[in-house]
Amino acid sequence: MATIRMTIDGEDRTVEAADPDMPLLYALRGELGLKGPKFGCGLSQCGACTVIVEGVATRSCVTPVFAVEGMAVRTLDGLARDGRPHPVQAAFIAEEAAQCGYCTNGWIMTTVAGLEENPNRSEADIRQMLTGLKCRCGTHMAILRAVRRAADEMAG
Amino acid sequence: MTDTLTMDRRSLLKASGALVFTLAGGGLDILALSPALAEMPQARPIAPTDLDTWIAVSTDGEVTAFFGKMDMGQGVDTAIAQVVAEELDVDVSRVSVVMGDTARTPNQGGASGSSGCRLGANPLRHAAAEARRVFVERAAQALDRPAQALSVQNGVVFVTAEPKTRISYGEMIAQGFDTALDWNEQYGNGLMVSGEAQPKSPLDYAVVGAPVARKDIPGKILATMEYCHHVTLPGMLHGRSVRPPVANAVPVRVDETSISHIPDARVVRKGDYVAVVADDEWNAIRAAKDLKVAWSETQPPFPGHEALHDHIRKAQKVGDNSVANFGKYVPYEPGPVLEAISASAKRLEAEYELPFQSHARMAPSVGLADVTGDTATIWSDTQKSHNQRDGLAKILGLKPENVRVIWKPGPGSYGRSDADEAAFEAAILSQETGRPVRVQWMRHEGHGWDPKAPAAVISCKAGLDEKGKLTGWYYRARGFSGWEVMFNASEPRDTLIGQLTGWERGKAQNYGVPGESYDFPNAVKFWETIAPLQDRASPLRCAHMRAPQEPQLHFASESFIDEVAAAAGADPIEFRLQYLTDPREIAVLEEVRRLSGWETRPSPALRKAGRLTGRGVSLNSGFGAYVATVCEVEVDEETGRVWPRKFHVAHDCGVVINPKSLRTTIEGNVVQGMSRTLFEEVRFDETAVTSIDWLGYPILDVMDAPEAIEISTINRVEEPAGGAGEPAHVTIPAAIANALFDATGVRFRRLPLTPERVKAGLV
Repeated sequence: MATIRMTIDGEDRTVEAADPDMPLLYALRGELGLKGPKFGCGLSQCGACTVIVEGVATRSCVTPVFAVEGMAVRTLDGLARDGRPHPVQAAFIAEEAAQCGYCTNGWIMTTVAGLEENPNRSEADIRQMLTGLKCRCGTHMAILRAVRRAADEMAG
Repeated sequence: MTDTLTMDRRSLLKASGALVFTLAGGGLDILALSPALAEMPQARPIAPTDLDTWIAVSTDGEVTAFFGKMDMGQGVDTAIAQVVAEELDVDVSRVSVVMGDTARTPNQGGASGSSGCRLGANPLRHAAAEARRVFVERAAQALDRPAQALSVQNGVVFVTAEPKTRISYGEMIAQGFDTALDWNEQYGNGLMVSGEAQPKSPLDYAVVGAPVARKDIPGKILATMEYCHHVTLPGMLHGRSVRPPVANAVPVRVDETSISHIPDARVVRKGDYVAVVADDEWNAIRAAKDLKVAWSETQPPFPGHEALHDHIRKAQKVGDNSVANFGKYVPYEPGPVLEAISASAKRLEAEYELPFQSHARMAPSVGLADVTGDTATIWSDTQKSHNQRDGLAKILGLKPENVRVIWKPGPGSYGRSDADEAAFEAAILSQETGRPVRVQWMRHEGHGWDPKAPAAVISCKAGLDEKGKLTGWYYRARGFSGWEVMFNASEPRDTLIGQLTGWERGKAQNYGVPGESYDFPNAVKFWETIAPLQDRASPLRCAHMRAPQEPQLHFASESFIDEVAAAAGADPIEFRLQYLTDPREIAVLEEVRRLSGWETRPSPALRKAGRLTGRGVSLNSGFGAYVATVCEVEVDEETGRVWPRKFHVAHDCGVVINPKSLRTTIEGNVVQGMSRTLFEEVRFDETAVTSIDWLGYPILDVMDAPEAIEISTINRVEEPAGGAGEPAHVTIPAAIANALFDATGVRFRRLPLTPERVKAGLV
């Protein structure tokens, strides 16, 4: 049994993993009971499991839990601060940019990482930032409106 | 987890009579998170004739509506809340909607045929109107005034002439309504009730028709909403199913020692179904991967996907009809039509080829079951929980009244997807192990083993006279039955584990024909079905997928009308208008012509230098709605990439309940339709499905999303609400294919329109 320490949404947390190769997703969903990162493919192909590790959008379904030892992990669950949604969340709510909402975690976390790095993005940049994420319901138009709104808001 | 703990949990359940379970890790009590569950945890008798079955009002005036359908992500619960708020005269923010729990909601047929508003809202509209009437009657007594002297505003009844004389709904609810409703004695989509009260005239609507914010959105964005995937049960096992490498192989020998290195993992077998269970989820995943199974030697069952359409052409017919989904048999006679066509000045013939498609949900199937002796509780994101309950009762050998299915939100489901499968597998595993079990399918199962949209070859023939008028119209759809797996899970034979444990598959036959109002002379439309490629537990078993068979049928019919129009040298919209008879079909077609700035001319466009561009139109009516779509495409000759840059959609679904979610729903119809048209095709070799992940089965990426989708909704306040979850989707394949023809002068008749196929066709 390996004990792995990390910071989750600003709090020090410890995960007990029988198999250190276990993907981070199973620690977040299982032991820590988070609702944001979701299982979609387990193959790093859809993005539903995305978290931000040290500022980088990361697919937690293929990231071994030992690989984030000592690192700072941000999740959708901890994005809102003091009851206030992150600007990206506020934009997704305003645009109603979800249908079933199962993939939404990936779009929001990828957007947060991208816009916090640089909010000045053209339409083409935004699409490039989001390429590879899957949405089965076809919510892409509302998502693009929400990301545009968030980028404008964050660029000030 | 020990047996002692399991016992403790069960004693607790018995003692409290309440549904109590905890979320993993946090130890949070679900009752604290979900007021709806906390308010009324007890299972209660559900009688459509009892007003209390439909509507509950708390002493502080909060309203709960009980809805026997569920939302797949288009905001149906908000629309239902609007309808209830409208009739009850309460603020919509005070109405919450409980969906799909068999112990708490009447059987309204689940998510089905774009019927959430079209049919599902009707009983609640009447129930809410009746509830308002009862409150006004009680207020008349309490305030000692005649009912005509009273008004209602946000759940408060007051004397119109002296508004300070008032009483609130919460003060009058007492033990409920205790009021009987008339019921048409139907369950399912057609369930209808009414009371003494007449619902409001649509002309007086204030909440219905308003862009009310969707109630589900904040929970999805803030990660507070509980999906079925989040539910955990104390002491539960994690189950994973083990699938054969050759689709029709059955297990001969299972080597249990092959997983002895994984703590707590063990094998469960029932019939030809093999699974592993473990206390820890990751261990269950590892065990399913490591388990060594000797499978039977079989004849490979499939022709391979490149030989699919030849197989469909040559296979023996097993069923036929000349009407769509639910009609009775109507005879047809193609002979005279073919004679009329062959005697024509100009004759046209075309064949359209449609692939198998996968529901490919964002997450594959999940389900939890707790089977304890003669009762069972199931958590599922099924589209039809009441039907699933009946099927579970049969496969478990329990009475239906002892089985409760609790619907929880899941990844969108657009038809008979894999949603029911894991619930059935969890139920069997729970019964076999005596523990609660959670089954989560893996990605390769979601793509590889979900029910598929049926592949087809559609043959069309037509004749034109010297003046370009139609002389005959022949339409034959030939494919696998869309009812190989029926559209609900009320029979175990319609699940994978059912077939693996000895339930023989059903034999229902269905494909369909397009239903628009074109008044073609000498017309015949019919369908034929062929036998499945594999008789039992097939990964290519077919079922309903969004607007069942309609996108396939309309790809052919609406493409062929364009082919005939082109042969007649006519503008595609003008040509359609010559033959249409339904005024609402004509209206949407004229509206989309205006909206898109359509240039009246025949297709194809004259080819210009540089990038190829074109526009195409397509029409659909069904589910109580009328849609015409114009697509503008760009085609890259070098790569074969087709990019629908812009869509214009004219949409009439009767009275609009929520214009904001209607627009996003239409956008979803369009974008998912693009995905099915341009990218989606199940691939398989002779032994198995080979497109088992998002690389093998690509769907639309954001780089391919259109630049804009312009929508014009025609709000017909005087018409009943139609469906919106499917009708626009149906128009997309032909709108794109017609635009592609307009741009290139080449007609593409096989879906999907992949770059390889288009590039090859342009040479």
